[in-house]
Amino acid sequence: MNKLSQFTFGALLALGTVTAAQAGTLDDVKKKGFVQCGVSTGLAGFSAPDDKGEYKGLDVDVCKAVAAAVFGDATKVKFTPLTAKERFTALQSGEVDLLSRNTTWTLNRDTAQGLSFAGVTYYDGQGFMVRKSLGVKSAKELDGASICTETGTTTELNLSDYFKSNGLKYTVVALGSNSEAVAAYDSGRCDAYTTDASGLYATRIALAAPDDHMVLPEIISKEPLGPVVRQGDSQWFNVVKWSLFAMVAAEEYGVTAANVDEQKASSANPEVKRLLGAEGEFGTPMGLPNDWAYKIVKQLGNYGEAFDRNVGAGSPLKIDRGINALWNKGGLQYAPPFR
Amino acid sequence: MAKDGAGAGGAPRTSLLYDPAFRSIAFQIVLLVAVLFVGWYLFHNTTQNLASRNIASGFGFLGQPAGFDIIQTLVPYGQSATYGEAFVVALLNTMLISAIGIVLATIIGFIVGIARLSSNWIVARLATVYVETLRNIPLLLQIFFWYFAVLRALPGPKQSLSPFEGMYLNQRGLYMPVPVTEPGFWTIPVALLLGIVGAIAVSAWARKRLMATGKPFHSFWAGLGLIIGLPVLAALATGVPFTFEFPELKGFNFQGGVVLIPEFMAVLFALSLYTASFIAEVVRSGIMAVSKGQTEAAHALGLRQGLTLRLVVIPQALRVMIPPMTSQYLNLLKNSSLGAAVGYPELVAVVAGTVLNQTGQAIEVIALTMAVYLTFSLIISLFMNWYNARKALIER
Ligand SMILES: N[C@@H](CCC(=O)N[C@@H](CS)C(=O)NCC(=O)O)C(=O)O
Repeated sequence: MNKLSQFTFGALLALGTVTAAQAGTLDDVKKKGFVQCGVSTGLAGFSAPDDKGEYKGLDVDVCKAVAAAVFGDATKVKFTPLTAKERFTALQSGEVDLLSRNTTWTLNRDTAQGLSFAGVTYYDGQGFMVRKSLGVKSAKELDGASICTETGTTTELNLSDYFKSNGLKYTVVALGSNSEAVAAYDSGRCDAYTTDASGLYATRIALAAPDDHMVLPEIISKEPLGPVVRQGDSQWFNVVKWSLFAMVAAEEYGVTAANVDEQKASSANPEVKRLLGAEGEFGTPMGLPNDWAYKIVKQLGNYGEAFDRNVGAGSPLKIDRGINALWNKGGLQYAPPFR
Repeated sequence: MAKDGAGAGGAPRTSLLYDPAFRSIAFQIVLLVAVLFVGWYLFHNTTQNLASRNIASGFGFLGQPAGFDIIQTLVPYGQSATYGEAFVVALLNTMLISAIGIVLATIIGFIVGIARLSSNWIVARLATVYVETLRNIPLLLQIFFWYFAVLRALPGPKQSLSPFEGMYLNQRGLYMPVPVTEPGFWTIPVALLLGIVGAIAVSAWARKRLMATGKPFHSFWAGLGLIIGLPVLAALATGVPFTFEFPELKGFNFQGGVVLIPEFMAVLFALSLYTASFIAEVVRSGIMAVSKGQTEAAHALGLRQGLTLRLVVIPQALRVMIPPMTSQYLNLLKNSSLGAAVGYPELVAVVAGTVLNQTGQAIEVIALTMAVYLTFSLIISLFMNWYNARKALIER
């Protein structure tokens, strides 16, 4: 996309008379028959093509959940790989319907950039990775270091804040995509590589010799990563927001891909019945069928299952649930009531 | 009807519509109104659409703090620098790499272009291989080559290569000592300036004398003497008013001195070597465009090969070379934007990349970036047109 799309975006804004283009994303999506979802160019566990070229990961599952809710079919998604600096223009210009790409929810993005964050898929924070041979045990020892990162991210802003507030010096090598930033770090250009901790895990296992590298203990920021839509289309915003909530709620009530049919048929819990569409009319107001959440859980499982499969115990990343556990298990994941 | 036109007596009663002067003015007015209307329509629509999408607009963001750091800054870029300052830093980085790139590409291009015409078979072949290889490999690949291949080949900071005392080459760049000024330093740049002015005056005088009397004068050496000699004298007279700050290994990296970062070097090498391969062809074709009779005549007058080239062939070849050379310079300027690929902080990387992403103001940022390239390109074109006019054949 990049330059061309920025150009078309400009042309669109200049020529387009239809400001309605931004409303009615749900109708557009239904009409074309699939959800166009912006994901990263490759971050294992979150969104990366597997050996068959199919996108897999937690962020990808959010896209699929939305497709399941709209079409009852999680495969009705097309993916657009986007680097950090391309992503917002792609969403604003309508090139994608939804951005699900380890994107941090910030005040400026949520207000001034015409974006709306629909929830948090993964509560993250920024960390550092160094070569073990550097002999550094803490980020505070990085005075004078050269640090590689990706441009157009919250990462480069936090980096500057952190070193300033700790009175440390550094030089930043900011590259245009994650693969270039990692290649530069790997070739020795930098002493450290910094990004969201989740990204560090994903990057480390992809290096030639992961054991030569270590992640430093400091987490220097809050990075709530979540799906983003265009501002001003509350219907589509709700669809995305509640698709994510449905996965979290399903985990809370013990509904899994395996038992969802049984739960739908015979659960005694009215909340579960409402969630799965066995009772009430909770899909219609959003423009969805009433069993939308059932379709999501049936095809993708609940939030816990998606987490384990992609980034948790059942994946090569083996990330701990930590603050991403449910609220009643000591974490932050919480869905409002389904009623 | 035809009779009417021939009008018996009174002025011909042709309609105003057929009056060429009126028509031309009317068309211009209509065109102007149309252009203004389209411009207003585009502007109005854009602002409306931006507002309805809740995207901030206007250039107010330039005064907001940027919050990110830049690896190479020619002017101070402090803790609370603004987006506007980031823009200036990026602008200067683009200018720096383009200016040095143009000089290097021209020098290399001339050498290779002349070498291609050499009567020495090996030299000519080598020059051909150079041209055919470099101009046929995409520039982006060449930039990546210089960046990643060379980075991997260089040692880490602790094992730095040190070709000269106080100079270190490693994966973090080329570190060099930098002069630190002391009071009285101002005499040196002033002396340098005087030297340059003196050199220009001497060469003008020498040319006049050559034309008048035919006596040659070595104005080149005299000029060089002035340019180097005067500052040296000034330095000695004021007791050498500067010291050198040497880079030192502190912690993981060198501190102090100045550093040429690998991103700068990779982009500069790639840009100048690539553009030089095109300039070489421009030079070769320029020289070949000068009739062989000119060389033969010069030889017959007893001029040696070097002098023939310098005094007879190149001045005539320049006339043919300047227009295509201009486009090579413009290409180099625009190609410097590929520096973004390896993180060289030029205009596209910093402004159209980082600033755009952090502010979300695509329209303003892209407009600003395009305006800069347009301005630079126009300046180069104007300069080259002026130079072309000066060099053009003046028929007497
Ligand atoms: N969460 C941060 C950073 C996200 C980010 O882009 N991280 C990089 C480094 S791990 C990435 O995922 N790159 C993948 C890509 O460029 O496709 C933000 O929203 O600004």
